[in-house]
Amino acid sequence: MTHAVPVPHSFYRLASPHYFYEQSGRLLPWLAAVTLVLFLTGLVWGLAFAPADYQQGNGFRIMYVHVPAAVFSMSVYVAMAVAGGIGLIWRLKVAAMVARSCAPIGAAFTFLALVTGSLWGKPMWGAWWVWDARLTSELILLFLYLGYMALQEAIEERDTADRASAVLALVGLINIPIIHYSVEWWYTLHQGATILKLGRPSIAPAMLWPLLVMLAAYGLLALLVVLLRTRNEVLERKLNI
Amino acid sequence: MKLNPVRRKRLTLALIIVVGVGVAVGLTLYALKQNINLFYSPSQIVAGEAPLQRSIRVGGLVVPGSVQREPNSLGVVFTLTDTAQQIQVRYTGILPDLFREGQGIIAHGRLVAGGVVQADEVLAKHDENYMPPEVADSLKQAGVWRQFKQQP
Repeated sequence: MTHAVPVPHSFYRLASPHYFYEQSGRLLPWLAAVTLVLFLTGLVWGLAFAPADYQQGNGFRIMYVHVPAAVFSMSVYVAMAVAGGIGLIWRLKVAAMVARSCAPIGAAFTFLALVTGSLWGKPMWGAWWVWDARLTSELILLFLYLGYMALQEAIEERDTADRASAVLALVGLINIPIIHYSVEWWYTLHQGATILKLGRPSIAPAMLWPLLVMLAAYGLLALLVVLLRTRNEVLERKLNI
Repeated sequence: MKLNPVRRKRLTLALIIVVGVGVAVGLTLYALKQNINLFYSPSQIVAGEAPLQRSIRVGGLVVPGSVQREPNSLGVVFTLTDTAQQIQVRYTGILPDLFREGQGIIAHGRLVAGGVVQADEVLAKHDENYMPPEVADSLKQAGVWRQFKQQP
């Protein structure tokens, strides 16, 4: 950093790996506890207590695992690309480390969304897989994550690896609006948006609440995993110097 | 926001990449608009946009009361609509659980002469509405059911 004097504002101080490590360490136990409680509440509520669907019966319950995984597979990608971009432009070490830490959990969510969707698709649609726009663009997202991780590992020198993969993440950002709007732009087998659409969500409140709890749980899990991995990065890069 | 020249250059470069890729992909998808659709609508088939005797998919709502099963086989004939036009679909085989009258489905098959689709696969298209059975019943009784059903 060019600053010799400490910067007073806490947001800027987060740019220092040491400060980040200290602060995130304090946050971790609370974050882990809240995440665990939300997961237990959401899973029990959604899988055991929410009413069955009028058409799909109990089969719809897989959405409590599927929908948050799909939502955060995209959100984590945006976070990864933005953090990578900040690392690229401002050369912030912490941002580059956060970007690198986002990839595995994002890839895991994408994989989970594809697998649970496939398991649901066979009984409901009559097919494990269909090459419609939503499914295909989500599969491309998985390949983007895998490509990002492969590129990170392929380059020995850390700064070069961070910069090259940040460019890849920024290029792949275009896939995110395509995934989200695919069900509106084209005729797809996948149904349209239920919650994130104009007007009221087309889901009964008794089914929506556990879904919102699960969304919060997945979001905090992503945050928790990214913090843990970034802390590991801080230690690892310290050792390498 | 003040940026030093080096960072401004990097920021501009990053923005050019994102916007450039966005425009390129946008134009490509626009050019491929038709090919990305998973299925044709009955209106498109009536208008002659789908090729004859080629493998296509057609999607729409099953017209209530149109499903006729052959007594001695798995053969079934039904009418698909997109609320504007209708076409007939013939199929032999087991239908998915969610197949019912009024339900959105997608049939994969060939368009044969006379505007009939000979299907070799039928997929049920689920809509984005989730509700307990009691809510669905009360909606039907209140006569506001139609507005909850999808438009294909």
